[in-house]
Amino acid sequence: MNKVWLGLALGGILGIFDGLTAWFTPAARAQLLGIVIGSTVKGLIAGVLIGYFARKVNSLPLGILFGLSVGLILAFAVAAMPNPEGKHYYFEIMLPGGIVGTIVGYATQRFGAGTDLATR
Amino acid sequence: MRISDTAIERLRAAAEFPDLSGTRYRLMDKLGQGGMGAVYRVEDSVLERQIALKVINILDDQNQLAARLLQEARVIARLEHPGIVPVHDVGTLPDGRVFYTMKLVQGRRLDDPETALGGESECLRSFLKICEAVAFAHAHDIVHRDLKPSNIMIGPFGEVLVMDWGLAKVLGSSHHRDNAGPDDAVVGTPGFMAPEQERGDSHVGPLADVYSLGTILKFLLKQRAAEPVSRRLTAIVRKATEAASAARYASVQELASDITQYLQGGAVAAFPEGPGARAWRWIVKNRAWILLILAYLVTRTLFILWRRFS
Repeated sequence: MNKVWLGLALGGILGIFDGLTAWFTPAARAQLLGIVIGSTVKGLIAGVLIGYFARKVNSLPLGILFGLSVGLILAFAVAAMPNPEGKHYYFEIMLPGGIVGTIVGYATQRFGAGTDLATR
Repeated sequence: MRISDTAIERLRAAAEFPDLSGTRYRLMDKLGQGGMGAVYRVEDSVLERQIALKVINILDDQNQLAARLLQEARVIARLEHPGIVPVHDVGTLPDGRVFYTMKLVQGRRLDDPETALGGESECLRSFLKICEAVAFAHAHDIVHRDLKPSNIMIGPFGEVLVMDWGLAKVLGSSHHRDNAGPDDAVVGTPGFMAPEQERGDSHVGPLADVYSLGTILKFLLKQRAAEPVSRRLTAIVRKATEAASAARYASVQELASDITQYLQGGAVAAFPEGPGARAWRWIVKNRAWILLILAYLVTRTLFILWRRFS
């Protein structure tokens, strides 16, 4: 499996899981399906970007940093979306999002076939 | 008539440095002295490069050593491998002595105190290169029989070369040609040769080289005495240097495979582990994954609990 597909698969799986954890918040259960779909899409986008980066740059520290950054940015975009309650849960959404991005960044650097450039 | 000291020195020099007239080689200096011959640095006047020339420099009135040197050259010529010094030419000097030329290796012997071996991983990777060369020879039915640190050269770019195939044995072919080399009485170097070699057994095979490789590995690990050797690596050395050949690794490839597994943090055949030890090793090998996933789960759990109780 090449790095882009690995990123896509891992980002999607972690996105689904991340979305499902909303079930533990009773107030969010009514919107669980939307949350899971949104989280999955976020995970897929992050996975593709991070996998593509891993294909171009073969560096574990940079891959992790890129994954963390993409995870945080996309999570920020979700957290900043208008909320009926008027609240924004930046910390609760961005921190796990950043960790998920880090996991995908690490995985795509360590595993998956295909690197276009030389190692740094 | 009394011969002066100067004359004696001139005669000694003449004996020590061969006459290469009539050949395409020009003598430069002496590199070393072995059991039956010396190695010199010479210049190939045709290709304009420096190479090494090996020639017998002890009395050989029955031409036995000449036959051995020729056999050595033929053995090396059969082995075209990056870890084995290539032979370029074979010939006869004006005085009748047989010589052969080979690639000039710029580097240090493994037993040289100034040879930089690096960390454990680098040592083991260098050792794997030795195994590759020896396994290649075994695949061509050739057993080295004199593997030891002084016969391993480390080049300036980390290349590893297995040298001195003078005691190599060609194993049985369809014509049962079970050695065209030296007498099988006792050949090898004490401390590095297998017990069956020390006993002078007639059928010394590739497992003797496995034993010698085990002693080289032990030597490499001893050189790094300041760092403790893991039990798994110790078990690999022990298995390779078992007195009974049947208890050793069945081939050099098996030994190399265990070293590779060790480097990758995998299970090694020489060190059976229980489920607990295997699980711990898996955890250590994948600790980055585990820590990341744990961090995610802990973070998520804390947020859920915080939301619930706030």
